[in-house]
Order: sequence, then C-alpha cells, then structure tokens
Amino acid sequence: MAEGKSKTGVVKKRASKREKKDWIAAYIFIAPVTLGLLVFYIWPFIQNIWFSFNEVSKFNVATFCGLANYQKLFHDGEVLRTFGNTLKYVVVTVPVGLFLSILIAALLNSKIKGTSLYRTLYFLPSVTMAAAVAMVWKWIYNEKMGILNSAIRALGGKGIGWLTDPKIALYSVMIVGLWMSVGYNMIILLAGMQGISKSYYEAAQIDGAGPIQLFFKVTIPLLTPTIFFVMITSIISGFQVFDVIYMMIGKTNPAYANTQTVVMLFYRQAFDYGYKGYAAAISILIFAVIMLVTVIQMIGQKNG
Amino acid sequence: MILTSFKTVGEAMQIPPTIFPKKFLTDAYSSIVTALPFGRVYLNTIISTVVTTVVQVLFCSMAAYAFARIEFPFKNAIFVLVLSVLMVPGQIFLIPQYRIVQSLGLLDTIPALFLPNLFSAFGTFLLRQFFMSLPKELEEAALLDGCNRFQIFRRIMLPLTKAGIVSLVIFTAKFAWNDFMWPLIVNTSMDKMTLGPALSTLQGQYTTKYPMQMAGAVMAVILIIVLFFIFQMVICCSRGKYSQEVVEGLIGKRN
Repeated sequence: MAEGKSKTGVVKKRASKREKKDWIAAYIFIAPVTLGLLVFYIWPFIQNIWFSFNEVSKFNVATFCGLANYQKLFHDGEVLRTFGNTLKYVVVTVPVGLFLSILIAALLNSKIKGTSLYRTLYFLPSVTMAAAVAMVWKWIYNEKMGILNSAIRALGGKGIGWLTDPKIALYSVMIVGLWMSVGYNMIILLAGMQGISKSYYEAAQIDGAGPIQLFFKVTIPLLTPTIFFVMITSIISGFQVFDVIYMMIGKTNPAYANTQTVVMLFYRQAFDYGYKGYAAAISILIFAVIMLVTVIQMIGQKNG
Repeated sequence: MILTSFKTVGEAMQIPPTIFPKKFLTDAYSSIVTALPFGRVYLNTIISTVVTTVVQVLFCSMAAYAFARIEFPFKNAIFVLVLSVLMVPGQIFLIPQYRIVQSLGLLDTIPALFLPNLFSAFGTFLLRQFFMSLPKELEEAALLDGCNRFQIFRRIMLPLTKAGIVSLVIFTAKFAWNDFMWPLIVNTSMDKMTLGPALSTLQGQYTTKYPMQMAGAVMAVILIIVLFFIFQMVICCSRGKYSQEVVEGLIGKRN
C-alpha cells in the first residue's frame, strides 16, 4: 500500500486517461438503446401528451383544442362502460388467477410424479399466440357446434351462448385470459417457492406444524414479494387486455358493448375511426389509472 | 376439476390433428395455403422475430454492460430515463410511433414490423441485473492484462451472462412472434402481415370453416412451441443451475 501511495501522481494520471477511454466506450455501448428509446419511446411519450390536447386529422394535421378531448372523455358513456368492463376483468381475473397459480405451484412443489411434464404443460399456453388461442377457444365456445355445448347437451342441458350472451361473454373471455396467464404466474411462484430454504420447514416441522400450517405460516409469508410481483404484473396486463377480445368478439356480436375494454376503445378510436387526439387522451387516462394502481400497491406493500 | 379442465384444453389445442380424418386434415391445410399467402406471412413472422431478437439482445446487452460496470458522466440520469420507459403502458407510444413510421415512408413494409421493437428498456434492465451479479475482480484482472472494454465485453462478460441472454431471447422471441396490435396497425396488405393479425383475417373470412381455422392456429403456434422445447432442453440438460437462473431472469431478479 505504501509503495502504491508514493506513486499516486502517476497512477492518477493514468487512471484519468483510462477513465476517459471508459467514457467513450460506455457511450458507444449505450448509444443504440438510448437513441432508440429516445426516438421511439420517450419522444413519442411527449408527443402523445401534446396530441391529447389536439385534434389530429386523418392527414396528421394537429390543431390545438385545449382540454376538449378530456372534457369529451369524462362525458363519454363509452369510456365509462369500457372502463367498467376492464375493471370487472381485472377484479375477477387477478384474485382468481393468483389463487389458481399459487395452488398449482404448491401442488407441483410437493413431490408428485411427472412434475416437469406438468410444468411444461401449464407453461405452454403462455408461450402460444393469443390470436391462435382465441381462435381455438372460439371454436370450443361455439354455440351450435362447439365441444362445450355439445358436452352440455349430451348431459341433457341446454346450450349456452358463451360468447354472444351479453351477461356471459366477458366471463368466457376471462376464462381464456386465465388459461393463458396462470401457467406463467405459476412458474414464477414455483421458482419463488423453491427459493425458500428447507431449514424453515424443518424448524416448523420440529415445532409440530402440519402441512397446511406449513403452507400458510411458512410458504405464504416468505413468498409475499413474489406474490406481490405477480399481482402487479397481472393487474397491469389485465388493464391492457386486447388480443383475445379483439379476436373473439366481433363488432356484430350482441355482447360487443359488454366486452369492450379501454385498450379496445383506444384502438378503435385511433386506428378505426381516426380520432387520434381523442385516443391519445384515452391512453393518458389508461396510464394514469395504471400509475395510480401501482402507487397504491407500493404504499400498501410498505405498510403491510 | 381445475386440473382436468386445464389438461383437456391443453389437449384440445392438439385435437385438430387427431380428431379429424387424415384426408380432411390435409384439405384444411392446403386450403389455408391457398386462401392466404400463408408461406409469405410465415416468413414475415420469422424475419420479424429473428431481427427483433438478435438486434434487441445485442443492443440491450451492450447498454446493460455499460450501465452495470462502467462509470461515466450522467450515467444515473440516462438510466432513469431508460427505466421511465418501463413504467409507461405501451399504448401511449402507439400513435406517435405510427406517425414516425409513416413519416419514414415505411407503412406497410416489413421493417415497420420490427422497427420500434429493436430497442428495449426491459431487456436493458434485465441484463444489467445479470452483469451486476458478476464479480468485479474478473474485469479488473482483464483490464490489468491490457484488454479494452470491447474485448472485456465480448470475451469475458458476454459468455458469463448466458443465462440472462437466454432468458431475454426467450422473452423477446415470444413477444415478437405473438405481437398483435402493432402489425395490425402499421401494415395492411396481407403479404406484409404477421401470423397473429393474419389469423384474425382468416377468422373473419372463413367464419364457419373451423378445420381451416384450426389448421391456421396449429401452424401459428407450432414453431414457437418447438423453439420453446429446444430451449428447455438446452436449459435443463446443459447445466442444472441454468433453469433456476433463467426463471429468475424472467421474473426480473427482484431481490
């Protein structure tokens, strides 16, 4: 150390030269991502906010219109309705999905035969394309010839309009959404469970805890960060559900009004009807709601 | 009950090849190829997925290394900027992105499919976590041996973060393959489309021809499933530790 100190002058000079070299290297390393994000994400974000105060015509001429879009937003029954549908979707799918994925993860975490096979089976739906999944489910749900109704009829029941009955359609869509997401969430939770040290379980067992107590007193508390993560991501993706509903519910479907989500509304306004300014305002609203949910949860987690 | 419901549905995905007689099946497949430029659509999806994955992983790993390991001015400010993109739902960017693509004259072209997806805040963040977990001594030793930053990156850091790279590849490939709204927005002609929106057209045009729709669905998912299995085998067989790391990578290594 003493020798090093006597030469600090030289070392420092060399270091700063190296530092500068490092800076240049670092900027070269980060340049593609940073510039790309600036051009395609950060600048668009700012632009989008600006658009929400404008009327944007088909030919992309933006004329300032102040808060008109937002005023329209809060008086638009469709916005309220689509938000209602989305909220319903989130409120049902998030708890149910969380429950199912924790349950399955717990089952797979215990030593049953063929775990890896089950794991793969459950994970598959989440790598498959939503559009394809929706198509298959649409066939299953088909009122006249789908296998679901054929099974019901074979048992002597009456066929149900799974996707056409306005009261049922949204729930049918939820089932598909759950089917696609449970596997992925389960894998994450399972990884969390496997990360819990065995010594906790051994200690609890010595104290006389049964398997159910072990689950509620050891697994669940130690899994809370993972559960929290899964919950936030599920809520956010629930708010943004699009593909499945777009594929399954056509514009002529009688249940159309009862299944449209905010992102659907955004898409229709922006790219079907061409009201890009209004659509921008809708997207800001989606952003605000998601932010709000995240902040509330952050606070909840800190207190909990 | 839930278990079986999942299983039967899982099997239901595979039903078309088994439930229909062979002749019927090939009919459905050949009619799908004539009804859509299916080969073209398939190729588009492959091109878009491969380009997105390769470029995104390269760019992200470069930036992630710099953010994790090199000190430079404004590092934190730039990183916060990158992270801020992560917090915003994707719809916010769509309209301006559409206009950018439009002003570049790229609407309804193949590059439009992947252009904005080449850059990812998520990937950068994910890989940064992996780079940060590597011991600093490795790099210091290499620096003393006279390696420059690029050599360190390519020869030492990149090979050591294989698990992170694999998880980002899986994630990105899956995302690009299954992307739905963006291709639907930027491209209109069928021969510039990817599989997702093409299926939606198929469904609209041949509402009652279920075997054909199923044939399309099967073809749309088959490649990504095969890819998934290959990756799984690579992950599981090469090293036991891998799979755990990859899963951790996928959930973003929260702790």
